[in-house]
Amino acid sequence: MQRNKRVLTGTHFEMGNWACTEGAIAAGCNFAAGYPITPASEVANLLAARLPEVGGTFLQTEDEISAICSAIGASWAGCKAMTVTSGPGISLMQENIGFAVATETPLVIVDVQRFGPSTGVPSVGLAGDIVQVARGSHGDYQIIALCPENPQEMFDLTIRAFNLAEAYRVPVFVMADGFMGHMREQIVVPEEDRIELKNRKVAEPAETVLDRQDFLDVNVAPMPVFGRGIKAHVTSSCHDEHGMRNLSDPEVMHRYAMHPIEKILSHRDDIVRVQDACEDATIALVSCGTVSRCARAAARLGREEGLNLGTLRLLTCWPFPDQEVRVVADRVDHMLVLENNTGQLYPYIKAEAAHACRVSFLGPQTLGQIHDPRYILSHIKEIIQ
Amino acid sequence: MTKNAHPLRQKYTRSHILRTTTCPGCGIGTVSQAILRSIDELQFDIDDFIFVSGIGCSAWIPSPFYNADTLHTTHGRPVAFATGVKLGLPDKHVMVVSGDGDLTAIGGNHLIHAARRNINLTVVLVNNGIYGMTGGQTAPTTPRGIKTITSPYGAMEHHFDISPMVVAAGASYVARWTTYHPRQLTRSIKKGIQKKGFALIEAVSQCPVQYGRASKLGGAVDMLKHFKKNSVRINKAREMGAEELQGKFIVGEFTDLEKAELSEQWVRLRCEMMEER
Repeated sequence: MQRNKRVLTGTHFEMGNWACTEGAIAAGCNFAAGYPITPASEVANLLAARLPEVGGTFLQTEDEISAICSAIGASWAGCKAMTVTSGPGISLMQENIGFAVATETPLVIVDVQRFGPSTGVPSVGLAGDIVQVARGSHGDYQIIALCPENPQEMFDLTIRAFNLAEAYRVPVFVMADGFMGHMREQIVVPEEDRIELKNRKVAEPAETVLDRQDFLDVNVAPMPVFGRGIKAHVTSSCHDEHGMRNLSDPEVMHRYAMHPIEKILSHRDDIVRVQDACEDATIALVSCGTVSRCARAAARLGREEGLNLGTLRLLTCWPFPDQEVRVVADRVDHMLVLENNTGQLYPYIKAEAAHACRVSFLGPQTLGQIHDPRYILSHIKEIIQ
Repeated sequence: MTKNAHPLRQKYTRSHILRTTTCPGCGIGTVSQAILRSIDELQFDIDDFIFVSGIGCSAWIPSPFYNADTLHTTHGRPVAFATGVKLGLPDKHVMVVSGDGDLTAIGGNHLIHAARRNINLTVVLVNNGIYGMTGGQTAPTTPRGIKTITSPYGAMEHHFDISPMVVAAGASYVARWTTYHPRQLTRSIKKGIQKKGFALIEAVSQCPVQYGRASKLGGAVDMLKHFKKNSVRINKAREMGAEELQGKFIVGEFTDLEKAELSEQWVRLRCEMMEER
């Protein structure tokens, strides 16, 4: 193994959690905090070894709350920071995910999902956190969440997550799961100069905070990073564009809640990515994450049998790809939503598509197991009869 | 700001902040002055400080007032946030200012683990023995027997003795004073800032509005007299029995030692690893 290199250019046969770690390092991550949890532990274990090699810091915290808080603190100290956990850890982090949203903190949160509710089944990769990462913290907000489907994408999308976090000053989720986290596949790491990296804009010092605008800009305000004499005032309580607390002015309250939402929605075309492979299809299999592999396999099997199947894969599940779903809904007769849960994205897809086509849901044959492509296919044959 | 304002106010606070949230007679002003006086007497630049606070009355000491980088966090978590800030900026002074409810109830785990790590933070913990901001509920620091709004028949639980707890957790420096001891408090904060390691300065402070009413100790002056009358120096306390120490405030330095500090170890490790390259 090459040591001390930031980008391990070459072809590797490793597990998804390795790819995620190397994606983070390649993206310039220099601070990570985490607490051991299956099936995400390997990411933290590997970061603990790799970060010091590239001048970074790894902190094993007393709990997941401390993990996200110290990662947010490190981000304000100017680091590219991340934390990694699974569903139970996300549940503990929720309050401070809201803090990162409200203070416009760049941060990457890797969620290697597992079977829930509660302690559930640690090593089974049910996609149980799709809605909780978008709606789990109190109050109204928008979040960015990316959905890889294999180890290669755990590398690629972790880099993209850092770039989006830096570009928009937001927390960004990588929604992996225990299947792809522990799955070994070929991972191609490109040359270092082929990896595009983005860095946050930093505010200039000024006499007082009132002379700057550090927050609440839909086009992303420069960040008043600590330790540079900027005299930043950072609070997650309702604040004005200078960061100063204001709990009395309704206009300020409106902007405090709305601008971080608009910041994401107004840039949704840059953020949202889908793979639309249902050009002439009459039935679209809609999915994200690991299930997309099953959807593709089922579509291939079906087409061999003369069924007109296509796939729509959501690489971004938040902000929700509403327009992209609508475009496909207008084209097809039926959308079959495949998720390895009981239908978390299904209501969102239905809301966008049901005016134009039939929409139905199919979970796996046994909850927590991977959809068998033949099972998907026999279900399709039933519904088209 | 008028020319008549206190020199520390003129030098170190945001001039456009004109009001505090503290009640008349609150001890927070004394603690705040001790912090700013420490920085001033050390002739340190306040731009080399990052202040981190949680939720509660005393979390408002640095934020929004201090004209420096301030991070006002969620309830109980300032020490966790500060740990990340310090590891990211090991050359800066990172100071946590918060209350007993914030740092020992909801955030107790972070406090003891930061002390165990011996990370170079200065924590000024303002202990008023009650939840002031939310209306006078029992805190983990409320003495047994006192009637608060959530223990109307008298508190039945035993209270935390914070300073010895943080000593046991592994801190490099721990001192406790009351707001009756502003000079000693300032001296200990100065020492804590300069200490390479986790430093806790517990400032026992009066909350005449909530605690004064609940304990029937009276107003601010009565409470300060109570602190004066019941404070016992730690070296003297060591010679006293548990019964004699009932209701007393043991003040002074609880520990002052040199041991490996976390952020410095990280700087050293990173240098070693980078040299290997």
